[in-house]
Amino acid sequence: MGRFTFPAWVNSLVLPGLGLIGLGVLYLSVLVPYALSPETLVAGYQPTQPVPFSHALHAGQLKMDCRYCHTHVFDSAHSNVPATATCANCHNGSKAPDGTNSTTAVHTESLRLAPVRHSIETGESIEWNRVHDLPDYAYFNHSAHVNRGVSCVECHGRVDKMDVVKRVSPMNMGWCLDCHRHPTEHLRPLEFITKLDWEPPQGQTKKEVGEKVREDLGIRSLTDCSTCHR
Amino acid sequence: MTDPDKAYNVIDEPPGVRTPLVTGRHSYASLTDTVSHVAEMKTPLAWYIAFAISVFWVGVLGVGVIYLISTGVGIWGHKNPVYWGWPIVNFVFWVGIGHAGTLISAILFLFRQNWRTGINRFAEAMTIFAVICAALFPGIHIGRVWLAYWLAPYPNQMAMWPQFRSPLMWDVFAVSTYFTVSLLFWYMGMIPDLATLRDRTKSRIAGLAYGLFSLGWNGSSRQWHRYEVAYGLLAALAAPLVLSVHTIVSFDFAVSQLPGWHTTIFPPYFVAGAIFSGFAMVISLAVPARAFFGLKDIITRRHLENMCKVITATGTMVGYAYMMEFFIAWYSGSPYEKFAFINRALGPYAWAYWTMISCNVISPQVFWFKWARTTPWFMFVVSIFVNIGMWFERFVITVTSLSRDFLPSSWDYFRPTTWDVLFLIGSFGLFFTLFLLFCRFLPVVAIAEVKGVMAPVNPPEHAEYRTQLVH
Repeated sequence: MGRFTFPAWVNSLVLPGLGLIGLGVLYLSVLVPYALSPETLVAGYQPTQPVPFSHALHAGQLKMDCRYCHTHVFDSAHSNVPATATCANCHNGSKAPDGTNSTTAVHTESLRLAPVRHSIETGESIEWNRVHDLPDYAYFNHSAHVNRGVSCVECHGRVDKMDVVKRVSPMNMGWCLDCHRHPTEHLRPLEFITKLDWEPPQGQTKKEVGEKVREDLGIRSLTDCSTCHR
Repeated sequence: MTDPDKAYNVIDEPPGVRTPLVTGRHSYASLTDTVSHVAEMKTPLAWYIAFAISVFWVGVLGVGVIYLISTGVGIWGHKNPVYWGWPIVNFVFWVGIGHAGTLISAILFLFRQNWRTGINRFAEAMTIFAVICAALFPGIHIGRVWLAYWLAPYPNQMAMWPQFRSPLMWDVFAVSTYFTVSLLFWYMGMIPDLATLRDRTKSRIAGLAYGLFSLGWNGSSRQWHRYEVAYGLLAALAAPLVLSVHTIVSFDFAVSQLPGWHTTIFPPYFVAGAIFSGFAMVISLAVPARAFFGLKDIITRRHLENMCKVITATGTMVGYAYMMEFFIAWYSGSPYEKFAFINRALGPYAWAYWTMISCNVISPQVFWFKWARTTPWFMFVVSIFVNIGMWFERFVITVTSLSRDFLPSSWDYFRPTTWDVLFLIGSFGLFFTLFLLFCRFLPVVAIAEVKGVMAPVNPPEHAEYRTQLVH
């Protein structure tokens, strides 16, 4: 057979070939990382809950403090979801001796609260769906953050405006480190930790306020591996 | 046909006269025939046998890698205090072997050492395959193999970068650069010869494959011009790598604080050792291959002799470095440093240390005798000793320092497991599998380049005259 040589039409493949390679590089370096990023995959998670509890109503309109329900957030690593007993403070459905509704009971007949009343009667827990779940190899401590000037809103967003809680932050390692490396703008005086709509006082920026908090509380920028991976 | 080794009496060569680089009655055509024949002949039975043995060991290596990934690095002998065992020894051993190829192809090219043409293709192929074997070990010993891509610095969601201050990170760059440049150099140099095979082959598939890889080479002077320019550029790029790669590999040890590792002599000493072991491996491969494939006229005893000289020179440098380590250990006044070296020579690993000294320092000294450096079977034996010695050098450095460091309560004796041994043999299987494939399908000698050095001296009648002159 004759020697193999490249036929002339191969030349016409050069430009489209280069273009295809360029597109491939673009796809791999832009689209794939975007699609696989935690912002795309994780943020925005909003599961339906067994009880249509509205934070917008309780924390927003009624201005209940976060700590009324999440009682241990300042004392423990884990911020607890309240026991049904906490709901029962208002929604126990108990009747006064004369059969009328108790003055301290709210919406005693509401169908939406049926699972709460069932839980109170039987003692079975309401199976809430967890919205924020960090991997087990990442150590996170709520009390370490809220006692050091980091407000709930920094990670959980404006929960006081959510009817159904939604995960607003990607909560990936880069996101954590971003704040650990540059914490100043995310700090506020301790008395405003649970005030989700807090704004810095007139004439001051968040950064200036944060700077002072950082100084007062002696906050360091902890970025060692062992800070979170213990 | 007479044995080409006998045709030229290299031993009694008068001063000022050198054996031609291509011996025998070779014309351009017969040279092309001889080299192409290696790739074109019917596969010999011996090749099948050698290939079957090599592939078997690749299989063992594959099973080992699967077992390693599914179980963990505990299958090796690593335990407190020796956490760097055979895998790093094998890694440094194989990377070192690769250095001869780059030295021959780049530095000897830049210094216009014409004798390199007979062996450069060969040695470059050996470099590529040795670096593949080397890269295997850091790849699998990191523990969580599926995260090996963390070695590469790339923007990621963890906002993390590799530790740029770590020599292990530099290693990744050094070895991958080295592999890329070596591969390009090897491939680019092969293009004219691939075109030769393309033009000769009778098989349609082989013609297509050689045709694709020879990139439409037609031997026009414009192509030759660009080829020469590119070759020179790549040689210039590759030349510093001969020094940089093993320097950085030595930093893996030298940058740490451990007595016996923390020495400034490591970079030059490692580079000399790498060239030493690389040339030994070239001889180990070239001596049988030139006999088996009938290449004695092209890889002559003069080539072998030159390589033996390099081995003696670098082996002596390595011996000097061993002595200097002891001197500095004494001169430093550091009790830990002193202990590390006394322990090396007289401690529980004295057997390994003296194996290393005999193989690396004593054995290459035989090449001071002309008979030793012109007798192929003998230099083959010595080259095997050098290979063994250089493996033990890395073993001695890695294990003796770790097994007895600052804290006597943690001292222990390192024992390899069966898997350690199987991984080492498996890596040889991988090396020889690749090498046998290379011998079977690619031009084992740089045909076009050899023609360049035989041009004026070797038309048959002149060669005959020359033979008479030499005798």
